[in-house]
Amino acid sequence: MQFDATIWSMLGTGILETIYMVAMSSIFSYIIGIPLGVILVVTAKDGIKPVPAVEKILGIIINLLRSVPFIILAIMLIPVTRKIMGTTIGPNALVFPLIVAGAPYIARMVESSFREIDAGVIEAAKSMGASTWQIIYKVLLPESKPSLLVGAAISVTTILGYTAMGGFVGAGGLGTIAINYGYYRYQTDIMLITVAIMVIIVQIIQESFMKLSKANDKRIR
Amino acid sequence: MASEPIIELAGLGKQFHTANGPVTALDDINLTIEKGEIFGIIGLSGAGKSTLVRCINFLEIPTAGKVLFEKQDMGALDEKGRRMARRSMGMIFQQFNLLAQRNVLRNVCFPLEIAGVPKAEARKRAEELLCMVGLEDRMKAYPAQLSGGQKQRVAIARALATNPKVLLCDEATSALDPNTTKSILQLLKKINQELGVTVIVITHEMAVIEAICDRVAIIDQSHIAEVGKVSDIFSQPRSRIGRQLILGDAVDNVSFSGTRQIRIIFDGRASSEPIIANMILACKTAVNIMYAATKDLGGTAMGQMIIQLPEEEAEARRITNYLSTMKVPYEEVREDAV
Repeated sequence: MQFDATIWSMLGTGILETIYMVAMSSIFSYIIGIPLGVILVVTAKDGIKPVPAVEKILGIIINLLRSVPFIILAIMLIPVTRKIMGTTIGPNALVFPLIVAGAPYIARMVESSFREIDAGVIEAAKSMGASTWQIIYKVLLPESKPSLLVGAAISVTTILGYTAMGGFVGAGGLGTIAINYGYYRYQTDIMLITVAIMVIIVQIIQESFMKLSKANDKRIR
Repeated sequence: MASEPIIELAGLGKQFHTANGPVTALDDINLTIEKGEIFGIIGLSGAGKSTLVRCINFLEIPTAGKVLFEKQDMGALDEKGRRMARRSMGMIFQQFNLLAQRNVLRNVCFPLEIAGVPKAEARKRAEELLCMVGLEDRMKAYPAQLSGGQKQRVAIARALATNPKVLLCDEATSALDPNTTKSILQLLKKINQELGVTVIVITHEMAVIEAICDRVAIIDQSHIAEVGKVSDIFSQPRSRIGRQLILGDAVDNVSFSGTRQIRIIFDGRASSEPIIANMILACKTAVNIMYAATKDLGGTAMGQMIIQLPEEEAEARRITNYLSTMKVPYEEVREDAV
């Protein structure tokens, strides 16, 4: 088939919509996910301020959300999405379920980054009279920065994968194009092009976060 | 030295609750640490010494007894009061525990940031301290670029930033080589003398205590076995653990009952050569000197010495082999022939 200007502009819009969805949902997922990760680590039994009940309940909620496959979560959330976003189709509509799925995922990534910090460093901060809050923003966050950035490469890529599934619920973006042409119309070539574009986007995300992580890591001589 | 207590531990105890029931880490610890002294706490691993030092600044909360810091009961303070008290007690660690993502200068600024000291002032103080510990040329380096000794110097500067009255050292030299250990110990001594900071040293190495401490407490199986001046304890350890730590294992274990004796003949070797001492060092076992009659005749040793060999056959053989190798004449003697 002919690759005319319409198709190219459709792909262009798709790319922009995908980037928009990934960016918006990643930002909001991190805004929610980082505090959740902090709470998980701080309230854990061996944490700075142990409140095992909080950690347990939060852990269960996170596991529940993470065990629902994204495409099913997006469908389940349609009534809530309509209330909050005012619509159930288009990129904006998908951002809401993306955050609901992304935030708990990121909470776990952040948790594991924080756990990499040597307990001795936290003990040293305590011995200097640091408060819980000071330990969080002066030790946990800056010391785990390189690890958080590696985690971001994985998280953002995962969210990109979720947006593609959003094609089934009419979210727009490259996923919708791939599903509409490749699945409903058997136009494999257009689907392959969207896949190639996705691969390139994943590469860019992965490489840039890894570079950022390396540039920020002072542990390397 | 005017004796005025800075830290008093009274009936201090700590129990941990584990899956296998309660474990007693400390039991009825009574200690008074005087202002301005270097106090050592020595014990084998698992004796409870690390828990003890953490009870002093309430990183571990004792389950019994009291900790008085300058007459103030640490247990009576609220969370905020304890944080304030901790700023008067610096702490250094075996693994240094520096912030890996901050450079040396910012590591030293860290406790000052926590205490709310203005940035410029904190920086100035950090620079002074880094000069004192001899790292004025590594201020912009990151911990990963430093040697173990340098890292501990940064940690010391950091611990001193808030002008503490006490410096707690938890196995501070255990990860360092002997030369670096020596220089870090000298630095601690200098800090004690010049700044008047009371230093509490936790270690499992007798050499550390010997090098810098005024007084020492020996801790064994959650109890204080003995406390006293280092010179007194070294010359006369009263407790079993004290004897073990100071005299070493060898002394207790070598048995001499009814064993072989040999006569070593000194027939003109240089008297400057410490034959017996070298033999003991090389063979790493003790011998029992039964009889000796030697003379120094113009630089040559003449005479004989009868030594009893250890009961353990392998050790006895090491000694005879050593003497043969060194071409020192010797002969077996019968006990009744002495």
